[in-house]
Amino acid sequence: MMLVAFGSLITQLLHVALMLAAAPVIVGAVRWLKARLMGRRGPHPLQPWRDLLKLLRKRPVLAETASVVSRVAPYLALGATTLAAALVPSFAQGMWLAPLADLVLIGGLLALARVALALNGHDAGTPFGGMGAAREMTFAVFAEPALLVCVMVFAVLAGGSNLDAIGAALRDGALGLRVSLLFAGLALVAVMLAENARIPVDNPATHLELTMVHEAMLLEASGRHLAVWEMQAALKLTLWFALLAAIFLPFGTAPAGSGPLAWAAGLGLWGLKMGLLALGLAFFESAIAKMRVFRVPDFLGGALLLALLAAALIFVSTGLA
Amino acid sequence: MLTLLGLCFLALLGLAVWGGSGRAPRAMFLGCAACMAGLGLVGGAALTGLGLPATPLPIGPPWAPSLIAVDALSGWFLLILALVGLPAALFAAASPAPPRAEGAAFPLFLAGMAGVLVAADGFSMLLGFEAMSLASWGLIAARHPRGPGRRTARLYLGFAIFSGLCLIAGFALLAPAGLSFAAIRAAPPEGWRAGVVLMLVLLGAGSKMGLAPFHVWLPLAHPAAATPASALMSGAMVKVALYVMLRMLLDLSGPAQPLWWGLPLVAAGAATALIGGLRANLEQDIKAALACSTLENMGLMVIGIGLALVFRGADLRPLAALALAAVLLHALNHAGFKALLFLCAGAVASLAGSRDPDRLGGLIHRMPWVAGCALLGAASAAALPPFSGFASEWLLLQSLIQGWRVAEMSVQLLAAATLAVAGMAIGLAAAAMVRFAGLVFLGRPRTPMAAGARDATGLMRAALLVPAVASAALAILAAPVLALGGGAIAVLLGPNARAPVAGFDLALGEVGARYAPWAVAGLLALATVLILLAVKNRSKHEPVRGPAWDCGFLPPPAHLPFGDPLSQVSAAGLGQPIRRSLGAVALTLSERHGAAPPGSPQPATLRVEAEDRGFSHVLQPLRRLRQALSREAEALRNLTLRAYLSISFGTLVLLLALVAWLERE
Amino acid sequence: MGFGQLPYDVAHVLGGAMLLVSFVLLYQRRIAALVNALALQGCLLAAAAVWQGYVQGAPQLYVTGLIALAAKGIAIPVFLHRMMRSRMPDRAVEPVGSIGLCMLGGVLLVALAILVVLPATTGARALAREDLAIALSIVLLGLLTMITRRSALGQVAGLMTLENGLVLGAVGVAGMPLVIELSTAGLVLVIIVIAGFFARLLRERFDSLDTDMLHPHRGEGQ
Repeated sequence: MMLVAFGSLITQLLHVALMLAAAPVIVGAVRWLKARLMGRRGPHPLQPWRDLLKLLRKRPVLAETASVVSRVAPYLALGATTLAAALVPSFAQGMWLAPLADLVLIGGLLALARVALALNGHDAGTPFGGMGAAREMTFAVFAEPALLVCVMVFAVLAGGSNLDAIGAALRDGALGLRVSLLFAGLALVAVMLAENARIPVDNPATHLELTMVHEAMLLEASGRHLAVWEMQAALKLTLWFALLAAIFLPFGTAPAGSGPLAWAAGLGLWGLKMGLLALGLAFFESAIAKMRVFRVPDFLGGALLLALLAAALIFVSTGLA
Repeated sequence: MLTLLGLCFLALLGLAVWGGSGRAPRAMFLGCAACMAGLGLVGGAALTGLGLPATPLPIGPPWAPSLIAVDALSGWFLLILALVGLPAALFAAASPAPPRAEGAAFPLFLAGMAGVLVAADGFSMLLGFEAMSLASWGLIAARHPRGPGRRTARLYLGFAIFSGLCLIAGFALLAPAGLSFAAIRAAPPEGWRAGVVLMLVLLGAGSKMGLAPFHVWLPLAHPAAATPASALMSGAMVKVALYVMLRMLLDLSGPAQPLWWGLPLVAAGAATALIGGLRANLEQDIKAALACSTLENMGLMVIGIGLALVFRGADLRPLAALALAAVLLHALNHAGFKALLFLCAGAVASLAGSRDPDRLGGLIHRMPWVAGCALLGAASAAALPPFSGFASEWLLLQSLIQGWRVAEMSVQLLAAATLAVAGMAIGLAAAAMVRFAGLVFLGRPRTPMAAGARDATGLMRAALLVPAVASAALAILAAPVLALGGGAIAVLLGPNARAPVAGFDLALGEVGARYAPWAVAGLLALATVLILLAVKNRSKHEPVRGPAWDCGFLPPPAHLPFGDPLSQVSAAGLGQPIRRSLGAVALTLSERHGAAPPGSPQPATLRVEAEDRGFSHVLQPLRRLRQALSREAEALRNLTLRAYLSISFGTLVLLLALVAWLERE
Repeated sequence: MGFGQLPYDVAHVLGGAMLLVSFVLLYQRRIAALVNALALQGCLLAAAAVWQGYVQGAPQLYVTGLIALAAKGIAIPVFLHRMMRSRMPDRAVEPVGSIGLCMLGGVLLVALAILVVLPATTGARALAREDLAIALSIVLLGLLTMITRRSALGQVAGLMTLENGLVLGAVGVAGMPLVIELSTAGLVLVIIVIAGFFARLLRERFDSLDTDMLHPHRGEGQ
């Protein structure tokens, strides 16, 4: 008993350290793969880490009109994202915080980070900050219901909305391939793209303010504040990758109460899964173009309808079983 | 217990006379605050089991004495009333002296609401309900002797009379054996009578809490009153209507009602939540935006009541208890943060001189206390963990997610669709709160008035701190507080029902979902502080200040610190993405863009006109109907004497036939 | 047979993917992408038919699958692409009404199909019931596509979806006679409609059905 609790605590701490360390690497990997796919050499995957360390050494400049919000919001956002990331399993299940790993709570923590970001956009009183905040909150209006309906689909399969239980239920494989999971997976991918400000919703590499959403809210951030925001964005991408992996690619994850050997195997497989997802994202982003801002609600509305379709189909199959 | 209750009521009536005299309003409002504290004590005592059984009063209608009782459900709502009433009365005491009519109506309003909550027979409940409606009409009318405000008051009065009539009819159907609650419970309605009662309660209590399609008056009427009265109407009066709905549908109508009873409530609640959340993003007046957010929250609570009825009809008692717990906890949380937000808006209006966000901005620098309280309230209203709104909305979302356990597929599909709508409404609420906080408190001041605002002091600050502290405490202690309200759930669902609580956590028994507010708050604080320390450890430079990148606009001159306001985002501009993508769901919109000719330094203009579809689709047909009816009535005046006699005779015969048919049963 | 068994799962996922493509057909505005989606749906139908043939041990379904692959997956899309390239270079985007409303209507139709099929087929195998629900949804979505599109090509897309849904329903039911005949008849219908569309296009452009009129335009694409 004692040993199991100790093991779960160790996995939890290792998991948090892993997520924090891997986050910039995954962003770097996506950038590198994207550059390769486009025929460029691309920066080294460790470049985001180097950028972060460089930004930390720089003196931050705050806007004259900025308030305490600009100084607190980055840490609050990163704190909320870290807590959410701590709840999403990576290499092992049954971590110390697993009883708390509720998908609705994870959505709420991401919403907290999003609101902190939007308020940061408002704080300097510049036109682009407010515009970006309005767009970000509008996208969330469509993304949140899609996420919730997907949670309902998983809850039908696993009984509840606890991510650990869902992962365990899907890993056992007794549930089989399901159309509803296919639809819910597509909906979640669309939500992931919107939440992480990726193409086609937003362009992470843009330099044109009028088309910005995520970057527009960070125009006034610099130095360590910018470093914290960059880290938050990277961690959020990693969190979503881990979430998709935990639900749709659950095989190989070390079950609750297993030893270091299973952890190592789970870790290796997790790295493979992250690499696959990064490759998929890079391929997708290279293949399509960014949408107009006012088409994004259509895109996310489509995701919501897919999720509803998944729910309808899962009701059919459970009604038959 | 009875003594304290009686003292509070007598004191409120006495204070109404005092307030009507117009002398020493500050002491009068402080007296109201004391009465509210007393009623809160009564409510708390009722929750701990020291309730008051049905007691006849020496006064009452000719046929029977009035009955009062305080059970756990009444106690819970008395607590809500006190949570809003106490800070509202404090704020009123800190405000300039009101008109005399308002001084008289304020205590009567409080007494009317408390009267509904402690009534134990239909007559007393309706009496309290009407007193509440009329007094709140007086609070609006006292501030608006003429003009559009007066028209709003008239619209409000019309809806109040409508809801009163529906409830009277509802009680008439419920009480063939007697008006006391015990008699009604002994003979619950069945068949068509039950269906009509459901419809009447939905119309009566629903229109009082702004349920779609009867929501059009609420965003007009609530902000029209003075700030404390607005806070009471938005925080407490709608909860009284919620109490009436819970009492009449879940308690008095008996436990044997079918599953479909909940479906109209779920649908109406979902529509209301969506419309409210949407309009909260589009209103120009901050108090109107807050009133729209009340619509959104009431919609969510009505979804919860509907789900409780569905689950009870499907014999899923623990899930019914879950949905009801969500309703009760959200009612309490909403009372806390909505009172807080309204009082903050009132403080901004009186200290910075405007309710229009395009004339405010940057107030966090000048009013840190108000801004801090408002940010706390906004975070709670936006349902962000670990703040208070999240706990109750988590319960509601969980009960919707569990909607698939009802075996009927149509109910499952409705639950999924409602979940999507509720999620959208919650997202809209978050957007509305970011808009409120961002426009009013962050950025740069847009007018000299906003640049020179003062912070709230003294009694006004205390009035803000009471609901702020309560909201913070409710955020962390959601589970113990809900456990305290377990009695209220037992009143509605039978003695075996219990709140979904495990220790300090909210937990769904067999399902395994769990939310521990204290753990989330603690871990969040720990993570934030650790990150702060780690970052500060590597990066030791203190930040310097520099001008912001303002899209090429020059920085403002030093003597005009509010700068060039046109380059900051405006209220209409901030609502634009939501208006374009969803606005047509609830509003008839027309946008007019005025672009300046090339080379002209004039700014481009954007004018947005929006009308709620409730006006065009509900009120205007009603008005046309009324005009047609009055034309018909005019035609009747030209009949002959014989025609008049035959009409009277025919009516008499019809009434006799009706009596004969009714006695047949 | 239920979830967790490979025959069921694969058939189920293939049907679901066809449903997904029907939604793509409902909202896709670019005509080239529309034709590609049609081809994809044809290939999925072929795969579904072949899989059912393998599972049910019914070799005639292989023929159905082959017909679907050859005609719907390859021949018709190639023909349409070629025709589009040569005949309608300016019609690359087709206006569609409110996409959101279309999609919402589509989801409501799927819910309706489910609510209709499930009570009507009590007693049948789970596989057949759910596949029938999906097939009926595809048919209804095809009809919806036909009424929301204005251009002839959109109508063809709707009709082909409808016909694909019918064939999917037919192959899913074990022991159904005349599956090949049914799918061939549907195919002939589609081809007739495409021929009609082609003829109408010619008349619009050249006011004549005489293909000799085409000769002077042969170099248009270059």
